[in-house]
Amino acid sequence: MTDTMLADTPLPSGGSDVVLRARGISKSFFGVRVLSDVDLDVRRGEVHGLVGENGAGKSTLMKILAGVHPADGGSVEFEGQPVAWSHPRQAMDAGLVTVFQEFTLLPERTVAQNVFLGREPRRGGFIDKKGMQRRTRDLLDGLGVTFIDPGARISSLTVAEQQIVEIVKALSFDARVISMDEPTAALSDHEVELLYAIIRRLTARGVAVIYVSHRLKEIFDLCDRITILKDGALVSTDATADLTDAELVRRMVGRPLQSYFPGPVDGTALGDPRLELERCGNEFVDGVSLTLRAGEIVGLAGLQGSGRTELVEGVFGVHGFTRGSMTLDGRAVRFTSPRSAVRAGLALVTEDRKAQGLALGQSVLDNSLLVVRSVFAGRTGAARKRVPGILSSLEVSSRGMDQEARFLSGGNQQKVVLAKWLVTDPQVVLFDEPTRGIDVGAKVAVYQLMRQLAAEGKAVLMVSSELPEVIGMSDRILVMRDGELAAELPAGSAEHEVLAAATGSGEAPDEGAADPRADDEGGRP
Amino acid sequence: MKRLRVDSTVIVLGILLLVIAIGAILVATVGRSFFSPGNIRDILTGMSVLGLVAIGQTLVILGASLDLSVTYVISLASLIAATTMNGNAANIPWAVTLTLLVCALIGLVNGLIVTVLKVNGFIATLGVGLILQGVLNTNFQGSAGSVPWAFQLIGATGLGPVPVSTIIMIALAAVVWFLLDRTRTGAHLFAVGGDPEVARLSGVRTRPPLIAAHVLCSIFAGLAGLLLASRLGVGSPTVGQQGGYALLSIAAVVLGGTLLLGGRGSVWGTIGGVAIFAVVDNVMSVMQVNPFLKDVVRGVVIVAAVAVYSRRAIVRRRTRFGPGGTRTGGDAEAEAAAPAMVAASHALEAEADRVEGDAATQGGAR
Repeated sequence: MTDTMLADTPLPSGGSDVVLRARGISKSFFGVRVLSDVDLDVRRGEVHGLVGENGAGKSTLMKILAGVHPADGGSVEFEGQPVAWSHPRQAMDAGLVTVFQEFTLLPERTVAQNVFLGREPRRGGFIDKKGMQRRTRDLLDGLGVTFIDPGARISSLTVAEQQIVEIVKALSFDARVISMDEPTAALSDHEVELLYAIIRRLTARGVAVIYVSHRLKEIFDLCDRITILKDGALVSTDATADLTDAELVRRMVGRPLQSYFPGPVDGTALGDPRLELERCGNEFVDGVSLTLRAGEIVGLAGLQGSGRTELVEGVFGVHGFTRGSMTLDGRAVRFTSPRSAVRAGLALVTEDRKAQGLALGQSVLDNSLLVVRSVFAGRTGAARKRVPGILSSLEVSSRGMDQEARFLSGGNQQKVVLAKWLVTDPQVVLFDEPTRGIDVGAKVAVYQLMRQLAAEGKAVLMVSSELPEVIGMSDRILVMRDGELAAELPAGSAEHEVLAAATGSGEAPDEGAADPRADDEGGRP
Repeated sequence: MKRLRVDSTVIVLGILLLVIAIGAILVATVGRSFFSPGNIRDILTGMSVLGLVAIGQTLVILGASLDLSVTYVISLASLIAATTMNGNAANIPWAVTLTLLVCALIGLVNGLIVTVLKVNGFIATLGVGLILQGVLNTNFQGSAGSVPWAFQLIGATGLGPVPVSTIIMIALAAVVWFLLDRTRTGAHLFAVGGDPEVARLSGVRTRPPLIAAHVLCSIFAGLAGLLLASRLGVGSPTVGQQGGYALLSIAAVVLGGTLLLGGRGSVWGTIGGVAIFAVVDNVMSVMQVNPFLKDVVRGVVIVAAVAVYSRRAIVRRRTRFGPGGTRTGGDAEAEAAAPAMVAASHALEAEADRVEGDAATQGGAR
């Protein structure tokens, strides 16, 4: 075991224990405040947990610290020196390296080539391959990793091994602070143990680790101190010993439900089952049984990567189910393509409207007719007559139906996506993150539409990462964990109940019965 | 969990051996010897011009660009060389220098258009190619200039059955291999072609490697033009188009296992691809196959070879149940690049040449 990289690193001068000090960090994107006035101190040799709900601003904070985004306000000191990095490389050279969720490795190059990319050691003007391999070997040995060959191609490594390569790359910059964004998202149990061991080795050398994770068990196992963010603001920074699971969850989610969720439309009646799944599974989810009834809105909650999107994609035939059975209005169905699902009367409002929902260069009218034209060509003429009415009922504000979709605001784009499906008269409507990135007014319009669909006797399934939305809109809440349905909760359940089911930490998290491996997949990093 | 994967250069070599074996048997059926010195010399001669062009093409394709202008650069180079030499051996050094300088300049223009103006390599070099074609057609009605005997020797002599031109080509391939393997420019070219964002985040300056690749590609096309001038004894404004070198070189590169999306490949694979073409052509010539059938066979070889790679390189999304594939960053990158590939393959079809099949296959398979 050689500790060459850090053995010759002098302690940061100034005697301060704080390696990284951020004060008053603020950031807005497109006028939306993502971070306001956040402080963070990271001490030498500690594991500093950073937790918060989706959208709490963790990733943005990490990216600002890493020099990916500039902060709008606030200051950062690294090893006592004020810094203002404008490029990630500057942060790396200084000794702050971030291991992002998406790996920054070239799959077709070797481990050593990736570790030293952009800084290849040279001898006589040419790359010193042997030296590069040897130094990579040394760094790997320093972490106790002997099973990765510096000459192996990245694409031949497992995700966990790639993660280690990312860490080695970080170390090759002589990192004093390594921040890791959901490092265990794609790892299996024993791989997580390995990562723990590596992190402990790093901290023993005085490297500080910023650890972002949704898995509370990991946070409590690993972190010395925990910073909680909520809605872009700092809630607290405490020593781990001073916090309980329950208290942590309360601080993460404790906020009143917004009042803008409309109730059911008068006269909405719960009817017969419309879509039923019996032990359905594909490559991503398994053993899913559920029933969607006419007139109800079912919310589907779960952590990132728990298989929510994969479930609706299974229903919709994107990655059709290979196991189990599905019935629609009592008839057995099996969709192998979205086209067959649409023909049967399903609609899927996809997660990413720009990439999956709209033809951005086409007009509002063409987008509204996109599905009808391709699947029910014979109904196009009739549908065209209905489009203006549907668009105005959704209150789409555009300069006209011939305006290109790309010029609309996010909310109006989403309404055009809704219009596209409404003209097909769907009987079962699947919504995947229907309000992501749209303004409050458009959100309310989406909610009202859902209620309207339910009142018309349609079945609605909504996937959402926003707990208030799930709780505010759902007549029933299904919670996914690890590719399976973990729980079904009644309307009006509390956020911590949903979160507990999603993380598998149980109803009483502080009893220590928590399952740390709740969200053990990250199937779509 | 480790996936076994055979190096693509090994596959190319395997295909080459297979093609040679089949070819040798076929040639034997008509009572000729495939391995006679004369025949080997024919094959190696057939490799040298396309080999030079394909070496350069490998560089730009590794950087996720393309060069369609090589056809016209070849013609222009043959003309500049032949007219500058003008039959006088004393002019050879100057003529060669001038030719390669002009080619390097064209490559620089290509590289700058691709990197600074951010025009897709396909379109940028198509445009530059059209400009060059216009220049050629306005200034030259037919063959021009005259190449002195001393220079013609390069294309005519050999060591035993091995032509000097092939030796030069192989030596330059070795230089390019060294460049790719042992210089930062080479390493960064792989990075820029593989994922420009990863390269940028790692502190790589993304423009210089790709510009260098374009300059070298044009210089290699210029060398091919010099070799053709040496063989013909004159410069010709159509010699590049007649050979169909742009698309054929791209096909050879892809046949050699280099990813058309950039970031993966090797120059030796490309030489293997060129050799496969040369052997197939030779066998068909010896057997006096109808020339149209030749094109059919070439097309089949390209499609079949790329289909082999695609089967090997199927990107699997990480599955949770059932046999697990490991999803890597490269998959997302490949998915992101797929639309551009499809567009490129459509454009290739529009070019209505014999080799569009490989690009379409490659594009479709991703």
